[in-house]
Amino acid sequence: MQLIQTIENELKKPAGALPAVHVGDTVEVHYLIREGDKERVQIFTGTILALKGRGIRRSITVRRIVQGEGVERIFPLHSPRVIDIQVTRRGDVRRSKLYYLRDRVGKKTRVKELLGEKVRQGRAAEKARRENQAAQANQAAEAADIDQGADQEAVEA
Amino acid sequence: MTLILGRKKGMTQLFAEDGTATGCTVVEAGPCVVMQVRTQERDGYDAVQLGFEDLPDRLAKKPMRGAAKVAGTAPKRFLREDRLKEPAEMGVGDSVTVEEFNEGDLVDVIGTSKGRGFAGTIKRHGFSRGPKTHGSMNYRRPGSIGCSAYPGRVIKGKRMSGHYGAKRKTSKNLEILRVDQDRGLLFVKGAIPGPNGGFVQVQSARTGVKKG
Repeated sequence: MQLIQTIENELKKPAGALPAVHVGDTVEVHYLIREGDKERVQIFTGTILALKGRGIRRSITVRRIVQGEGVERIFPLHSPRVIDIQVTRRGDVRRSKLYYLRDRVGKKTRVKELLGEKVRQGRAAEKARRENQAAQANQAAEAADIDQGADQEAVEA
Repeated sequence: MTLILGRKKGMTQLFAEDGTATGCTVVEAGPCVVMQVRTQERDGYDAVQLGFEDLPDRLAKKPMRGAAKVAGTAPKRFLREDRLKEPAEMGVGDSVTVEEFNEGDLVDVIGTSKGRGFAGTIKRHGFSRGPKTHGSMNYRRPGSIGCSAYPGRVIKGKRMSGHYGAKRKTSKNLEILRVDQDRGLLFVKGAIPGPNGGFVQVQSARTGVKKG
């Protein structure tokens, strides 16, 4: 089944396009939604309850409290609609699934923050990744510009 | 009708522009070679015989080697005929590739379903089972198979346990989601019969009407 693996690797977002997310983290998910014929980015902030699936099927369940009501959304990480994910806070948890948060209200729903050297390293790595991505995007844009310029020159010539 | 032969490679998912993920099966199809052409005069019907995947000479039977020699190729593992209404336009030795199919086409996929061996009525016909506990001795039994003195026999076609699967099955009107011409791949929406690696025939749908 190596063929399927190869195909999925091609369909996936490229390596480095997604940040490292963990269960318990507080994240901002930037999700592209359609309103009429316009598209806009909606930001969903909450705690990651669960990571599921692997490869192209990997998804996160994000929970937040809106007006006293718990809201959960599942985001496939490789969906073209998920534009960006920002980890705002690391969580210190001891389970792989935080479903117990559903039964809690008020202050008890908080997840302890994970601190320490590893987290600092993770933040640095994340920053480097973002800069790298931005640089790549810039390069791609410049390459497109050059292409266009070349095309124009060709036309002029 | 267009026919192409191939192998089922496995399933994956494709994201649409609006973020919906669709399950699809990847079929490695073609290139198929026309091995023989049937004609009205000689055979009584019109068809082309396609061959898929080379078979080493040492494994091929002598008549297969002879037929392959005429077509100018190696003997093939998987041979199937494409029945035509008019005399064939293709000649012996021509090849068929996935380019015959376009995105959005509806196809029928024919394969051999997975063999389940000797299966009971629950798996084979979807019967319901009895209670697991409370002294029940009727956990997976088929129940009554008919009446008594009249008719005094079991009605023909009564669904019972027996061999299940490993049979030719057709999945109809499946949409082609993507065609990969470089690697000869067809992405068919949904599931198709048979195990991964099994031979399948993909042909344009007989009855389906494209939606929209």
